[in-house]
Amino acid sequence: MPGVLVFCEVQDGKLKKTSREALTIGNKLAQAAGGDLVAFATDSSVAAEAGRYGAKKLYVAKLDSYSTEIFTAAMQQVVNDVKPSVVLLGGTSNGRDLAPRLAARLDVGVASDVDRLEWTDGKVRARRPVYSGKAFATVDIVGTPAIATTRPNAFPAVEVGGAAAEVVEVNVTAESKAKLIDTKVPEAGELSIAEADIIVSGGRGLKEGQNFSYIRDLAHAIGGAVGASRATVDAGWIDHQHQVGQTGRVVSPNLYIAAGVSGAIQHLAGMSSSKHIIAINKDPEAPIFRVADLGIVGDLFTILPALTEEVKKAKAH
Amino acid sequence: MNSVVCISQVPDTESRIRIAADGRRIDEAGLKFIVSPYDEVALEEAIRQKEKSAGDVTVISFGPERVQQALRECLARGATKAIHVKGESSDADSLGIAKVLAAAIKTTPHDLVFFGKQGVGSDNSLVGPMVAELLGYPQVNVVTHLEVGDGRLTAHREIEAAEETIEAPLPAVITAQKGLNEPRYASLKGIMAAKKIAIDTKSVTDLGLSDGDVFNQRVTIASLELPAEKTGGRKFDGADPAAAAQEIIKYIRDEAKAL
Repeated sequence: MPGVLVFCEVQDGKLKKTSREALTIGNKLAQAAGGDLVAFATDSSVAAEAGRYGAKKLYVAKLDSYSTEIFTAAMQQVVNDVKPSVVLLGGTSNGRDLAPRLAARLDVGVASDVDRLEWTDGKVRARRPVYSGKAFATVDIVGTPAIATTRPNAFPAVEVGGAAAEVVEVNVTAESKAKLIDTKVPEAGELSIAEADIIVSGGRGLKEGQNFSYIRDLAHAIGGAVGASRATVDAGWIDHQHQVGQTGRVVSPNLYIAAGVSGAIQHLAGMSSSKHIIAINKDPEAPIFRVADLGIVGDLFTILPALTEEVKKAKAH
Repeated sequence: MNSVVCISQVPDTESRIRIAADGRRIDEAGLKFIVSPYDEVALEEAIRQKEKSAGDVTVISFGPERVQQALRECLARGATKAIHVKGESSDADSLGIAKVLAAAIKTTPHDLVFFGKQGVGSDNSLVGPMVAELLGYPQVNVVTHLEVGDGRLTAHREIEAAEETIEAPLPAVITAQKGLNEPRYASLKGIMAAKKIAIDTKSVTDLGLSDGDVFNQRVTIASLELPAEKTGGRKFDGADPAAAAQEIIKYIRDEAKAL
């Protein structure tokens, strides 16, 4: 029976959030298509967790670190075995690296970074932001399997309470020309803006690079990631990994707090699909206020420290 | 060391996007087109490799007549050859485009194939890895640092809040991330020199591909829409920082439910 196959990533013995999100929407598609949800992972310890998200089987290839070529071969093997109608991958660095390679190998269609997915008339219809969210394209993925990467935070993960997935071992013999030599975590303890639920962003209103401490303090207190406008990245105040917007990351967290960000069109495109937006800016005419649910006209240098203290108090309760 | 850089031409990031009458494309009237910003980084890296160890930098683009302007821009910055594959690339999906580029790349000697990590606009991030697969090359995506020597490369790949170091033999595909380098502007001398270089123009059939190979879309655009215009929410005077902090906390707790 045609079903849905979800590529899952494991971190610290648990499914990554983006994988749980992909399983959740995958389960809905599988039900609509009248097939089973199955998953792929490199660790059988997540079989129970995958089951709770509706996966009937968990295909496990015991592989160490991620490698494009070996993982493509592994997924190809599972696709040939399962013959799914749909293959979903969470839109992480690895998911986005693997999906196009797999699609080209199977000669099938793939849609990236989708924020809506449905099964209609025997095919997959997806919605995806284009021009960094300045527009949305509704696309049909024709052919089998249809592949998509899911946008982080777009499909809230919900357990459906199934039994542990049945583990099926996959033996992969492929070799990789590219080899992983080392992994560095340069800013230990910092969350990535790509998957964060909360982002606190700073802009040119911070006046100088060292004032990003105001942003970091609040981000740490509230448990969020540090974002930045293009102007601050171009000025060398902060690393490009933090940049939100058209030449940075397009993000859609639950809460986005922008301080000293005026709201250039590229920045607004990258964050305006956030669910809740708070802007703090001393210029009442700043374009950021057009997308903010709560706009505070005032001085970030006095408001942010007061807010950080209040957050710490609230967290202490 | 010969490099190929695949270029996509995209609307300027400052542009306001309008939807065309067919409801499936953007209205190109009045839009300014630029070389996709990540492709500029890819080009710069290829030019630096050439400056270290000689060889050619060939820029390739698949698209309508207007992409010649993007190729000229790349030649002015230091590319030495240009191939324009003519065709309505917006009628092809990513895999169709990848097939055209892979075929064009095969017509020119190369050790490294560069892409931007995404075309700014369609934002698919698909074509680079697809070309790597079609050519059977290793790939390193979202590269922030690159060293090449002895027929091998060592690259830093950006992942979530971390960085991997990956080694691979040449030929290989690299997709460039901002931060890999600071792209140069074209010099007047470069602009003059570029005028003397003929752009090699090919059709899809010249590359041995049929229209079916390229334009048989596996992903079709059903419609294109603009997001609902936001009108802006509540405004609060932040003259009193303590009161402002209270107002924000209340919103975070009661509406965003993030505390």
